[in-house]
Amino acid sequence: MGRFLLKRLANYVVLVVVATTLAYIVASLALNPRSTYEGRNPPPPAAVVEQQLTAYGVNDKDPLLGRYADWIGGVVLHGDFGQTVRGQDINDQLGSRALVSLRLLVLGSIIGAVVGVLAGVVSAIKKYKVTDRAITAYSFFFIATPVFFTAVLLKFGALSVNDAVGSTVLYYTGYETPNLQAGFWGHVADQVGHLILPTLSIALGQIAYFSRYQRNAMLDVMNSDFLRTAEAKGLTRRKALYKHGLRTALIPMATLLAYSFGTLAVGATFTEKIFGWHGMGEWLVDSITSQDINVVATVTLFTAVFILISGFLADVIYAVLDPRVRV
Amino acid sequence: MSAPADPLVVADDAAVSDHPGQKAPSAVVVRGRRSLVLRRFRRRRGAMVALGVLVLMFVGAFLGPVIYQAITGWTYSTQDYTAFLQPPSPDHWFGTTQIGQDVFAQTMRGLQKSLIIGLLVALISTGLAAVVGACAGYFGGWVDRALMWGVDLLLVIPSFLVVAIISPAFQSAGWLVLVFLIAIFAWMITARIVRGMTLSLKEREFVLAARYSGVSSAGIIFRHLIPNMSSLLIIDATIAVATAIIAETGLSYFGFGVQPPDVSLGNLIASGTRSAFTFPWLFLFAGGLLVATTLAVSVIGDALRDALDPASSRAGGTK
Amino acid sequence: MSDVGDDVSQVPLLSVRDLGVVFPGGEDGDVPAVRGVAYDLAPGEVLGIVGESGSGKSVSSLAVMGLLPRNARVTGSVRLRGVELLGRPDGELARIRGNDIAMVFQDPLSALTPVYTVGDQIAETIRIHQRLAAGPATQRAVELLDSVGIPNAAQRAKAFPHEFSGGMRQRVMIAMAIANDPDVLIADEPTTALDVTIQAQVLELLETARQLTNAATVMITHDLGVVAGIADRVLVMYAGKAVEQGPVGPVYAAPRMPYTIGLLGSVPRLDRPGQTLTPISGSPPNVSRLEPGCPFASRCPVVLPVCREVEPELTPTAVGSAACHRADEIVDGSIDGVPVFPPPVLAQARGLVARTERPAVLEVREVTKRFDITRGAVMRRKVGSVSAVDGVSFDIREGEALGLVGESGSGKTTTIMEVLSLQAPAEGSIVVHGKDVAGLGRRERKELRRDIQVVFQDPLSSLDPRLPVGDIIDEPLRSFDVPRAERAARVGELLRLVGLAPEHANRYPADFSGGQRQRIGIARALALEPKLLVLDEPVSALDVSIQAGVLNLLEDLKVRLGLAYLFVAHDLSVVRHIADRVAVMYLGRLVEVGDADDIFERPTHPYTQALLSAVPIPDPVAERQRERILVRGDLPDPANLPSGCRFRSRCPLFVELEPGQQQRCAEEDPALVEHVPGLASACHFARERTVVPG
Repeated sequence: MGRFLLKRLANYVVLVVVATTLAYIVASLALNPRSTYEGRNPPPPAAVVEQQLTAYGVNDKDPLLGRYADWIGGVVLHGDFGQTVRGQDINDQLGSRALVSLRLLVLGSIIGAVVGVLAGVVSAIKKYKVTDRAITAYSFFFIATPVFFTAVLLKFGALSVNDAVGSTVLYYTGYETPNLQAGFWGHVADQVGHLILPTLSIALGQIAYFSRYQRNAMLDVMNSDFLRTAEAKGLTRRKALYKHGLRTALIPMATLLAYSFGTLAVGATFTEKIFGWHGMGEWLVDSITSQDINVVATVTLFTAVFILISGFLADVIYAVLDPRVRV
Repeated sequence: MSAPADPLVVADDAAVSDHPGQKAPSAVVVRGRRSLVLRRFRRRRGAMVALGVLVLMFVGAFLGPVIYQAITGWTYSTQDYTAFLQPPSPDHWFGTTQIGQDVFAQTMRGLQKSLIIGLLVALISTGLAAVVGACAGYFGGWVDRALMWGVDLLLVIPSFLVVAIISPAFQSAGWLVLVFLIAIFAWMITARIVRGMTLSLKEREFVLAARYSGVSSAGIIFRHLIPNMSSLLIIDATIAVATAIIAETGLSYFGFGVQPPDVSLGNLIASGTRSAFTFPWLFLFAGGLLVATTLAVSVIGDALRDALDPASSRAGGTK
Repeated sequence: MSDVGDDVSQVPLLSVRDLGVVFPGGEDGDVPAVRGVAYDLAPGEVLGIVGESGSGKSVSSLAVMGLLPRNARVTGSVRLRGVELLGRPDGELARIRGNDIAMVFQDPLSALTPVYTVGDQIAETIRIHQRLAAGPATQRAVELLDSVGIPNAAQRAKAFPHEFSGGMRQRVMIAMAIANDPDVLIADEPTTALDVTIQAQVLELLETARQLTNAATVMITHDLGVVAGIADRVLVMYAGKAVEQGPVGPVYAAPRMPYTIGLLGSVPRLDRPGQTLTPISGSPPNVSRLEPGCPFASRCPVVLPVCREVEPELTPTAVGSAACHRADEIVDGSIDGVPVFPPPVLAQARGLVARTERPAVLEVREVTKRFDITRGAVMRRKVGSVSAVDGVSFDIREGEALGLVGESGSGKTTTIMEVLSLQAPAEGSIVVHGKDVAGLGRRERKELRRDIQVVFQDPLSSLDPRLPVGDIIDEPLRSFDVPRAERAARVGELLRLVGLAPEHANRYPADFSGGQRQRIGIARALALEPKLLVLDEPVSALDVSIQAGVLNLLEDLKVRLGLAYLFVAHDLSVVRHIADRVAVMYLGRLVEVGDADDIFERPTHPYTQALLSAVPIPDPVAERQRERILVRGDLPDPANLPSGCRFRSRCPLFVELEPGQQQRCAEEDPALVEHVPGLASACHFARERTVVPG
């Protein structure tokens, strides 16, 4: 088992390196940091522009491989991600932005997975009953709805809730109220108030995915021979389902978990952008618009590492759940 | 257990008796299988409704603008300088924008674009998935390892980011590049499933039989392997349509997808979002149609799965 | 109720009356899977339920256990010691299941939960019904595993189901079933997935279990031989209905229902090599579209008009009961002296020249195939290899059938795959029709494919479901660029040759029954007019009534076309029926080779003897008088073979030998040599022994 996981880990690390490299190269070829200096009034002298670009490591006149080697060398050797196209240190923003994003992603995915699995199980057991139909309708709707639409609808909802209550309970901009003077609990309440909508916008879709998969995995198991054996031993249908069925049906969820993080990371981009959270996703979109190569590469690295960790976690969960891979 | 066997098989088994002389014209029997699938599909009321909705979308997207122009005279590119930000009215069915564009004409145009992109992406990505997956599974060895490593890589690369970076660079080449870019990042999971199916199919004896009677590898892949996965591929292509539409609208929402002056549902929604609270018609019609379309497609995909493949309940929205 | 309760001894242990099961909502409407089954069981009694797939035999016993899906409609009555079980809530039935009635299922891999250890699963069974702490329950589970013959039980209890072999898993299932000392034991095809040698062990174990618990046993199987060996009474099912019932001896000796007669006549028998099989034409009806009258009417050779109108009830006969309008007329399988199933006329073997005079179509010399064992996660490296095939040599002469037999894992399949690949083997040589495959170019290799073609086991999977039958048969012709016009004519000709009609060419495989599909497979193999047909278990996936027709066809074609067969099978009765020569394989080696008559009548290798003695014969009298030679345990791990003779670890003879002789077995690998004329065997102490009653 240790070997199996080690092999997977090695594979992931290679993938992260290649993905980051590719992102850097693609970004370097497609983005044009020079445009930041164009259209300035007065136009900066050409030599200054060249010097600045070279200093940031984004000058298209320097050899690409050399620039890449410098950047990745800085990352690996000094943990230095370079500078933005406007000369700020990327490292300064990285920490806070990563925290903002992780808060959203981790919370959203945990809620999504747990609630989704539960809903899926209920749905499978109550197959074709009202509960199942409701859950199915729910998951179809949210699988079909893009996050940016959900998010806006949530804003609508929040607006009417706030109207009904008469004060702002649900916030839909930012992750905290700036300069709030409310003591510790006040801060907590404020942060929770800010967290609800963005988390929901992510979790709703995740719940839809997980419940659909879990329902099908559970239905597969419900027709299996070993469940029949469990009943033949003298377990009631219900007990057999929970003790033997659910335990086995959870196994494929581990893989889904790994795949879902990819979609989640993209979904978070919309959420951050719409709810005004200064996280990694927002950074990515902004950096593309501002032609910022280093930031693009950094965010890619972050996302790839995030997917790596979750993929690895999924492998571990898989190995724990399924004795057949523990060899 | 022998009891609730697949009724399809039971029915087929009984379709012919062992007496060669007995009449049962082939066409009738073959149609029997198709009609069975059709019957299964039709039994799902939700699927029939979804199919109706989708047909309506297509008619609306392609005939709608023509008829609309005949009635009201507006197209997606004309502006009504007498009506800025007007709510829906008989003159402008879905209202107008800040600069007097007709929302109905624009929405239909956007729907048209989104539908075409969705269909094309589904076609390309499913085709790619079928070929890559089947080759990896059939040849095995280093071909398999190389292709699957590529799949893993594409899964790790944040596709959204790459498309977002590249697509504006090809603005001039138009939306076909976008189709291609979305498709490139949309086939990997299906390819994995196809590979898995190929692995089990290639052990099936009809593939061995073909090989031992001298059929080439390409012949086996295109004549035996891929056709035998057609139900999976049809289902996956259906779901890919919905996924592609969502991806396209997502990209366009951020301005990385379909570029103005062309419109897609994504950039309509994006421009509508800013004033969604005060002028909901700018946002709600495009968003509603988008959700209705993808929802209809997913429901159809799910029903197709049940109808074509009753034995497997391989997971809901596969992607 | 009270008058029944007065005399408990009069109440049967298990009483099933008028049992019916309907699955609602099939494509053709409701599926009446069981339509009237009735039997009584006394303690210690064994009832065999025989039927082909789809006859409702399994469903009827699941209904007894209350294990059918909830939407199934079950009617009739099932009483355990006079107490009705049908219609009781799940919670009450759960107390009976596993405690009073226990069940052993067919496929022990899928029937055990993959994520729990077998010890835990058995302990769970115990703790559901007995107040026992976890510790003692686990202890009891280990004892049970030990009692069903699992070596090293305490340690193996901690293993997961996938870590056991098929036979061992079935032992675990049986341990689980007898854990609470049940009164009734239902075994649903418990040995179908197993090799004959393992089947013999499991049947013996079931018998022991029955004696230990004195449980009444219901044995569900399609194998008439198994029933002949262990059952007291037999119940034959067809299309959801019991069609004949009675004590095993008389029913086998003088069946009264044409279906039973047909079944018994279509099974090839180890003890009757020359007998022509009588196939039953057609295939079982679709139960949801039953026509009025007897469900067997369309396949019955002695059908009367009344049979198509009135479905016959199960009525008493001299010894049991049968559901046939003509039951009283049938004596000894015949009506007025005419057999109900007249034996078909097959082409008779021409006087062949002596074997040595005929040219060889296939020569296999010292062929060895090794598979690497690799270890290491990041860097894969080879740590050793196992030989799936180890120095195998045989030849097949024109017009003869060689039967290659052995358990799964013996290397038979690897051997034929080596032959079929037409590539040079890693060691040894393969010569097809005088041409060594090692020296072939790409084109010559393809050309040689014409001479050697293959028919596979599973007729469903060997035909591409998406192609019409005509295209399937046409494929080899097309790949050899036969002109189109010629091809169309040839396809029609081939279809006729295998007993189908040229009009069938436009239809799809799914439109045909299993037997017909196998005929299509044979037609495809014959398309290029090969000299040698490799037949890989060609009838093992077919129901017995259909298998006979295919076997007859193969026999007929062999004579008419002068074909040679390489016939791989695990069913020795089938091999006995068709093969001229037999090669017995064990762990990659040939252990005995010779003429079929010699091998079956006076085998000299203990493995061959054990293999033959494990095959059940569908004749209760003969079957019960046979002496069983059981091999011990499972096939050893091929990566860790015993020293000297590979069969030593399981050899029934080895244990009887003197220590000095045993030492020879342990040290010296026996070579394949002729101990008696015409019979080569790889045993130091080879001696003739008759194990099949003649």
